[in-house]
Amino acid sequence: MAEVVASRQAVRAAARRRRGRRGAAISALSTIVVIGGLVALVVTSPGWESVKQLFFSWEDFKLAFPDVLKGFWLDVKMFVIVEAVVLVLGLVVALVRTSTAATLFPLRMLAVVFTDVLRGVPTILLVFLVGFGVPALQLSGVPTDPVVLGCVALALSYSAYVAEVYRAGIRSVHPSQRAAALALGLTGSQALRHVILPQAVRRVVPPLLNDFIALQKDVALVSILGPLEAFRQAQIYASSNFNYTPLMAAALLYLCVTVPLARVVDRMQDRQ
Amino acid sequence: MTAVLELQGITKAYGDVEVLRGIDLEVPEHHAVALIGASGSGKSTLLRCVDLLEEIDDGDVLLDGEVITDPSVDPVAMRRKLGMVFQAYNLFPHMTVLGNVMLGPTRAQGAAGPEARDRARELLARFGLAGREDDKPDNLSGGQQQRVAIVRALATDPRALLLDEVTSALDPELVGEVLAVVRDLKADGMTMIIATHEMAFARDVADEVCFLHEGRILERGAPERIFSEPEQPETQRFLRRLLEAR
Repeated sequence: MAEVVASRQAVRAAARRRRGRRGAAISALSTIVVIGGLVALVVTSPGWESVKQLFFSWEDFKLAFPDVLKGFWLDVKMFVIVEAVVLVLGLVVALVRTSTAATLFPLRMLAVVFTDVLRGVPTILLVFLVGFGVPALQLSGVPTDPVVLGCVALALSYSAYVAEVYRAGIRSVHPSQRAAALALGLTGSQALRHVILPQAVRRVVPPLLNDFIALQKDVALVSILGPLEAFRQAQIYASSNFNYTPLMAAALLYLCVTVPLARVVDRMQDRQ
Repeated sequence: MTAVLELQGITKAYGDVEVLRGIDLEVPEHHAVALIGASGSGKSTLLRCVDLLEEIDDGDVLLDGEVITDPSVDPVAMRRKLGMVFQAYNLFPHMTVLGNVMLGPTRAQGAAGPEARDRARELLARFGLAGREDDKPDNLSGGQQQRVAIVRALATDPRALLLDEVTSALDPELVGEVLAVVRDLKADGMTMIIATHEMAFARDVADEVCFLHEGRILERGAPERIFSEPEQPETQRFLRRLLEAR
């Protein structure tokens, strides 16, 4: 009897191994066919030679890369600062919008207008309006540095998005959690701080990171105000040498940040 | 002797739905009052009103002779004097067991951290939860979670405990351990209002049983009387249905 069981086990294990090997072989083959097909399509296209020259020139890459990298450093700095501001400002807007206190009514209205308007306007337009509109006011004490103004515009735009992400998180915490906190004798704001917000923020970490991947790319929009960030630097090289390879270099740099961030988001979503 | 809790003519409606239609109840010190009745009869709403988690429409709730439902009374201060345990435990999933138990004493009552910690450990140990202090609630069984919830309510030294169907969400084999805790509290003299579907338990532990029907206390009395010779036809029907379901 035991031998029969053992052999049946062996038969099943062998079948499983066969299935596994077949699956691996099929995915390898289909990968080769698809990727190979695409490469073949591009490389045999009539314009490939000139595209190769215009977009994948090693010489131009080497020439432009140091300056593009320097520009990218500005992107990174802007991204980090704007992200920090957005995390705080977005939370403030979300808290105001979810508050119920009568005295906060005007602020609540303002928060609704803030999110509606700033989410509703194209980011590039907002960068333009803030970047050129604010200096035109000629107010003393107001910054005129395009980097600062560009960051302000991005922070406003992304705070509106992030406020809505936070708000969704706050609303997703079941009212019974608040009831339990109040039943212990906590005040409404203590319940928010110790019970609701910690749970809300944990839940929205993946969508928040998703917004930050978008922000990481959108810092390039500040280039329309003039600062020499990566995209702008690449453009300058591209137009002076009639070669687009520097743009590919800039794209590569953005990918170096956004792809790892995307994997972090994936992992967090899997864990939830 | 004045009652610890006194309810006078409580009414509560959600829109057009009248959930409570004039509830009078007195809970003397060390007494346990069991609320029985079908789902939707108003048991949970009544407890939530007493704990000021819902605003009542009419009537008054008195705690140690003081009206706590007056609009001029700070509900937060009053809630600190009462403990509530919910059907679905409502533990805070982002905190450890110890964190759950310490939150009330440290944040609501201003207790010092180390003292609150010692007290919480002591209470947890008393109810068989020693060694679970650093677990998250999700890693505990339902019965353990509900015991943590009871300890959490006790940690604030409430004048009275409100128990809202504390075993209804539990698997049958876990009901006993939670009911044993409540029996313990009763033996210690805790004043309680207990909404429950466990009739045998209500008969054991309660000094008075109130049968709620459509927002009114239709019948009340000593448990032996209510369970052996219910007078109202609705009470008889309710108890018969429970027996048939067994």
